[in-house]
Amino acid sequence: MLYGATVRSSAPRGLIRAIHYGDGIPWDEFIVVTAADIPGTNVVALITEDQPYLADGCINHPEEPVVLLAHRDPSLLEEARRHVTVEIEPQPAVFTLEDSLRGTEIIWGADNVFKSYEVTRGNVESAFAAAHIIVEGVYETGAQEQLYIEPNGMLAIAHPDEGVTVWGSMQCPYYVHKALAGLFDLPDGKIRVVQMETGGGFGGKEEYPSIIAGHAALLAWKAGRPVKIVYDRAEDMAATTKRHPSRTRHRTAVSVDGRLLAMDIDFVIDGGAYATLSPVVLSRGTIHATGPYFCPNVRVRGRAVATNAPPHGAFRGFGAPQSIFALERHMDRVARSLDLPPDELRRRNFIQTGQTSAVGQVMREPVTISALLDRALEMSDYRAKRSRFDRSNRDAAVKRGIGFAAFMHGAGFTGSGEDHLASVVTIEATADGRVRVLTSCTEIGQGTNTVFSQIAADALQLDVNEIDIVQPDTSAVPNSGPTVASRTCMVVGKLVESAALNLRTLLAETVGAEIPFAMACREYVEHHGPLRASAQYQPPPGVHWDDDRYEGDAYGTYAWAVYVAEVSVDPTTFQIRVDDFVAVQEVGRVINPVLATGQIEGGVAQGIGWALFEHVAWREGRMANAQMTNYIIPTSMDLPPIRVHFEEVPYAHGPGGAKGIGELPMDGAAPAIANAVSHATGIDVRTVPITPERVLELIEAARA
Amino acid sequence: MPESSVSISCRVNGTDVTVSGHPMMRLLDVLRTALHLTGTKYGCGEGECGACSILLDGDLVNSCLVPLVQADGADIVTIEGVADGDRLHAVQEAFIACGGAQCGICTPGMVLAAVNLLKRHPSPTDDELREGLAGNLCRCTGYQRIFAAVVDACRRVEDSPR
Repeated sequence: MLYGATVRSSAPRGLIRAIHYGDGIPWDEFIVVTAADIPGTNVVALITEDQPYLADGCINHPEEPVVLLAHRDPSLLEEARRHVTVEIEPQPAVFTLEDSLRGTEIIWGADNVFKSYEVTRGNVESAFAAAHIIVEGVYETGAQEQLYIEPNGMLAIAHPDEGVTVWGSMQCPYYVHKALAGLFDLPDGKIRVVQMETGGGFGGKEEYPSIIAGHAALLAWKAGRPVKIVYDRAEDMAATTKRHPSRTRHRTAVSVDGRLLAMDIDFVIDGGAYATLSPVVLSRGTIHATGPYFCPNVRVRGRAVATNAPPHGAFRGFGAPQSIFALERHMDRVARSLDLPPDELRRRNFIQTGQTSAVGQVMREPVTISALLDRALEMSDYRAKRSRFDRSNRDAAVKRGIGFAAFMHGAGFTGSGEDHLASVVTIEATADGRVRVLTSCTEIGQGTNTVFSQIAADALQLDVNEIDIVQPDTSAVPNSGPTVASRTCMVVGKLVESAALNLRTLLAETVGAEIPFAMACREYVEHHGPLRASAQYQPPPGVHWDDDRYEGDAYGTYAWAVYVAEVSVDPTTFQIRVDDFVAVQEVGRVINPVLATGQIEGGVAQGIGWALFEHVAWREGRMANAQMTNYIIPTSMDLPPIRVHFEEVPYAHGPGGAKGIGELPMDGAAPAIANAVSHATGIDVRTVPITPERVLELIEAARA
Repeated sequence: MPESSVSISCRVNGTDVTVSGHPMMRLLDVLRTALHLTGTKYGCGEGECGACSILLDGDLVNSCLVPLVQADGADIVTIEGVADGDRLHAVQEAFIACGGAQCGICTPGMVLAAVNLLKRHPSPTDDELREGLAGNLCRCTGYQRIFAAVVDACRRVEDSPR
């Protein structure tokens, strides 16, 4: 086996003039791959075909892969990597979304815009003319690194006759499969992708593994030997995707009694150098931009723009945390302008069951947010603490505050995404009655294997230990879609349930309903051969999305939540500590309380990190702090008790009544904390992360 | 043996072993590659995340920061040496029962940190607990289920027959 390494660009944008291989390295021992060696199409197949596997002439970001190297000895390989120089004729680059929007330098397409959406409802302009007050604000969020503890890695075997096989860390085996088929111009049957035990993903192993798999396979193809590429931490942090930075402008018209009359929202995300998943991240962010509120007049303009940074990508929440941060911080500012308590403003404007959202979705499922707000304020002792802190902050050195955010998260793919995926799940049973669940959904720590086993066991009335989950391997499992978008339990879990019920029906009809399961399986297999049943996704009745008009049922259903954060701010260091955190949500029926609680706690922890600590320092499109030493995530010392409560309202189209859960907890912590910090200090927080430096700036600005 | 190679002897999980390699080779790589003890994980390579934690002469250390020469004569315990044959350690039982592991990559180091913590503080206070695990980063759990597991492990140790 050989080890593989990636030589990357040294400039953010430019034209490759030459590649120099320095002296002192036995180059004849190395496998060297450039764009010229690619047997198929030099494109990472995803949505827009703009990202090359290896730069061919042009450089569009400073971590762009240019040359691949492989060698038996990993230390010699690293030495060799440093001896390759990519000579680049620099071109002007763009590093911020504001500069990209300004368009003085066009770096992508005709206008730097990967995708835009416009949502319009009612008549915004006439509503503004009739407003009691108008509240405006601009809000910004920074990039965030997923920082799964296991870095990315792939092992590949590739041969012109036998095809390509890769094993590795990934969330979406069929994404990798599709990308490799194009890269090698091979039929589907010649590509095999196997997911190995994967250490955390959070979206960070959604699209990027397609690149590493392709690189390892290109080296293996040329070497005729297996090649393994494992990123070290610095390369993983610098080169792979992060959460999109965002800027949201709000302009809101309110009536004298605190009703939202009009919302005008301009939502922009920085996609980095290539489109990758930005169009769908943008879509989710755009749809969530109006939050859990009813407003008769709405205009949301969403845009994803290009900069010369490595492409930003999937990260838990997928655009929603960005637009919800802006909205929930803005709602506190609207309440202040009206001299209304923040909870009262929310209560007067929550969308109700039967009302219609900005994209025209009638809320047919029960909307529970008002009850969640009651429960969250009660659990956190919000009202008493708010007035107590108001009094004590006048004299106390350490300022304390409490704030909350109300929000929802759509489960499953946005719009018609699930229809296009048309996911399939298969269940088979062996002659001795063991059940095997076949899906391409990956266990990445969130509990897929446990929950699928529970669902199948419930449907078949078996013990959970009689269920086996087959390892995701594209040569063995059907395509049940990617492991993303809070869809695994709700959407794919429902297919597991349906396939299991189909298997039961098949047995009942063929062998007889009253025969014990194991005996029935034996009899079926002896007389009819392999015992299998499948289920394919069908949208729940009445759920419809119109892609062209960008309206309809954006999601089959939503999970709802209210999160409350209590903070204290040190008067000398401006460090912010979260002292207590209450997370109240409705996610349908909770089918595994330990796993569900773990999902909420983990998501809240990532939200707290995003709100307070996780600052990506950019230098000309490159992450300057690509180390765990100086990119700070929460440790055991930094987190408050996270008190989790579920209100359970079964969802008819989820397995056992469950809805999606994974991304929801990422949405609420940052705005709740920003509102609490503003309450504690009186400063007007508009940006995360709220680092001590930023607090100091805001306090000094307020004094001036 | 190449010029830059040294040979050292140490005890790993109760077994004496002799390993050769570059004197500055990371103990992490020696464990994973030469001894095939892949339970010890690479997370950062700079002593920040604790995924590669092991016990070296009874101290919790990051094996990515320990060069091979420093392990000469040492008594090393990795995650593979925590259970007693098929019988899991109380900390491991508690991690399973409380949901202390999600993706599992921090878990080997976290379990060793918890074992080390309970050795020093059999009934840790909340502060001792948080400090005892502060060198081990977890990105999945938000630590809450891990705290619960350590508290549960204390109870299991107390309840177990002496």
